[in-house]
Amino acid sequence: MSADVELQNVSVAFGNFYAAKDVSVKIEKGEFFSFLGPSGCGKTTLLRAISGFSEPSDGIILIGNQDMAGIGPNKRPTSLIFQNLALFPLMSVADNIAFSLEVRGSGRVQRRKRADELLELVALSGQGDKNVHELSGGQRQRVAIARALAIEPAVLLLDEPLSALDLKLRQKMRTELREIQKRVGITFIYITHDQGEALTMSDRIAVMNEGELEQVGSGHNVYEAPHTPFVATFVGENNAFYGTVSSTEGNMVKVSSHRNNFLAKAGHLSEGKKHTFKKNDEVIMFVRPESIFLKDQNNQADNIFTAEFKTIEFEGNLKNIYLSIDGKQNVRCSISNAVETSDLSTSGSVELKFSSRDAVVLPIGPLAVD
Amino acid sequence: MNYFFNKNGPLISTYLIISIGFWLVFLIIVPQLYMFDLSFRPNIPTLLRGGPDDVYTLVHYKHFLFGSETSGERYNYVDVGVFLDTILIAILITLINLCFCYPIAFYIAKVATAKTARLLIVSLIIPFWINELLRSFALRILFAGEGFINNVLIKIGLINSGINFIAMDVALYTGLNYAYILLMIFPLYNAIETLDKNQLEAAEDLGSSMIRTHFRIVIPHAKAGIASGCTMVFMLTAGALATPVVLSSPNTFWFTQLIYQWFNMNDNWPRGAAYSVVLLTVSVVFVLLMMRIFKVKIGEIVR
Repeated sequence: MSADVELQNVSVAFGNFYAAKDVSVKIEKGEFFSFLGPSGCGKTTLLRAISGFSEPSDGIILIGNQDMAGIGPNKRPTSLIFQNLALFPLMSVADNIAFSLEVRGSGRVQRRKRADELLELVALSGQGDKNVHELSGGQRQRVAIARALAIEPAVLLLDEPLSALDLKLRQKMRTELREIQKRVGITFIYITHDQGEALTMSDRIAVMNEGELEQVGSGHNVYEAPHTPFVATFVGENNAFYGTVSSTEGNMVKVSSHRNNFLAKAGHLSEGKKHTFKKNDEVIMFVRPESIFLKDQNNQADNIFTAEFKTIEFEGNLKNIYLSIDGKQNVRCSISNAVETSDLSTSGSVELKFSSRDAVVLPIGPLAVD
Repeated sequence: MNYFFNKNGPLISTYLIISIGFWLVFLIIVPQLYMFDLSFRPNIPTLLRGGPDDVYTLVHYKHFLFGSETSGERYNYVDVGVFLDTILIAILITLINLCFCYPIAFYIAKVATAKTARLLIVSLIIPFWINELLRSFALRILFAGEGFINNVLIKIGLINSGINFIAMDVALYTGLNYAYILLMIFPLYNAIETLDKNQLEAAEDLGSSMIRTHFRIVIPHAKAGIASGCTMVFMLTAGALATPVVLSSPNTFWFTQLIYQWFNMNDNWPRGAAYSVVLLTVSVVFVLLMMRIFKVKIGEIVR
């Protein structure tokens, strides 16, 4: 498969401030690719550079192996869906969808035919004569998708289009977006700060922080083998145990942290390459809250430790238990609501366990602040 | 009414009602009604007012249409001609004004940075601190036979002898265009400003040309502002007096100059009133007609 969109060392600077710095990534044809990062990390800037609304100050953007430098947004094979959708409120739904055809001089009948086809694609048949404001939030979303698809772009760019919807609808639209992408088979580049959206929809995710790419990989890869402390804490929840290396054995690392000695895997430096640690290196060991169990649960575990119970939080399907080791190291543990925990609050200290396969050791670095 | 009092308190409510009421009733409605009434009365000396000769009559309106009874012509070609000229030129000036101000308003509202926009608005406003008469005279000097523009044109060799801009009414049209420019720019600016910038980018992304984006997206969005600006500029241009007095050529007459003559020079107030009523009525009807044609409601204009 050829790379459909390729960024080569792309930087976008505003004065002295680099909104995106030296970003290189290859996005395959037909891929659902997400840029994930906190607000202000430069992901929207990159999207605008790909769509042609801004020019990179450095680097090359290739779409279909063609250099896009100096080519305006109306001449690129991309179509952008705006965060607020930017539907034209004074036009009917069908006119909105067929606007790009009107621009290209198609006749009224042909435009209407194409609009109806696209409405069917996004499951809005027969709504073409309505006004945009008569539609619900989810329906508008679909009109925006249909409008963007009308020019048959090679790449569809989506700038957090779901962020204005409420939770239930957002979850529904995730599935729908993914289905539409599979049906039309073109490349989708999706911008989001919501890791849930990125994980559920994407083939691959690029995690960004302060203008730079931290890690590119599949959802599983990014979630289970984070390359940096930022990725470990930005994608999903994580416990960060600060400590020092006491010994290493192959890819396994013994970490001493707050009177405990934990066994854990060495984390990845990059794809296929692991970190090597020396004795007394300062490190962070990451263990996901859902990988920590109460000692009497039936799970495999080779690390056992004790922590003082602080509080418990009910989240519906899960319970979050907050604990601390020596009042210094906070630990969060998420267990299924079905597990009995009524005796926790009285006991004071709690015995917990986790498997070394679920613990990742990385060198010290900045975490994602939430 | 109760809600109004509860919301604003008795003091503020009373003040608002009295001040707005006074303005509306004593400064607008009563004088206009008086004018309207006056326009149907004969021009007789003060002493005879209220006497047997003071009866309602259409003589002034007849004069406007058919001229004096002693004249041999069927219609009052001079006055009606001046009137039609005034209305047509006012329409033309409104259109030119719109074409001229729309790009400026769009630039300030959507293209310029906040700092540039402020600077531009200030530079638009400051010239209007100068009195209208002075501005007109300044233009007259600029356009005079040996004025600045002619001198420059002669110096760079474009023309051999001065052009009589005043006689060609170039000075008048320029002056009238410039006089009410703010009343066009600000409604346009307000309307365009509310347009979401993403709409412009979305149109561009979908392949639309600049011109198409304006005709399909910006102008429909700004329709109410356009109507509001055009209404004000048209009304004020048709009713302008100072600028035509200073800048019109000797053989061009603005309808307001006629009205002024009836009031002041000929001391015929009822006839002046009748001519004013004609101008007001036709202007209002014209504006309402345009609003009907372009489907703009009066509430939108006020916005």
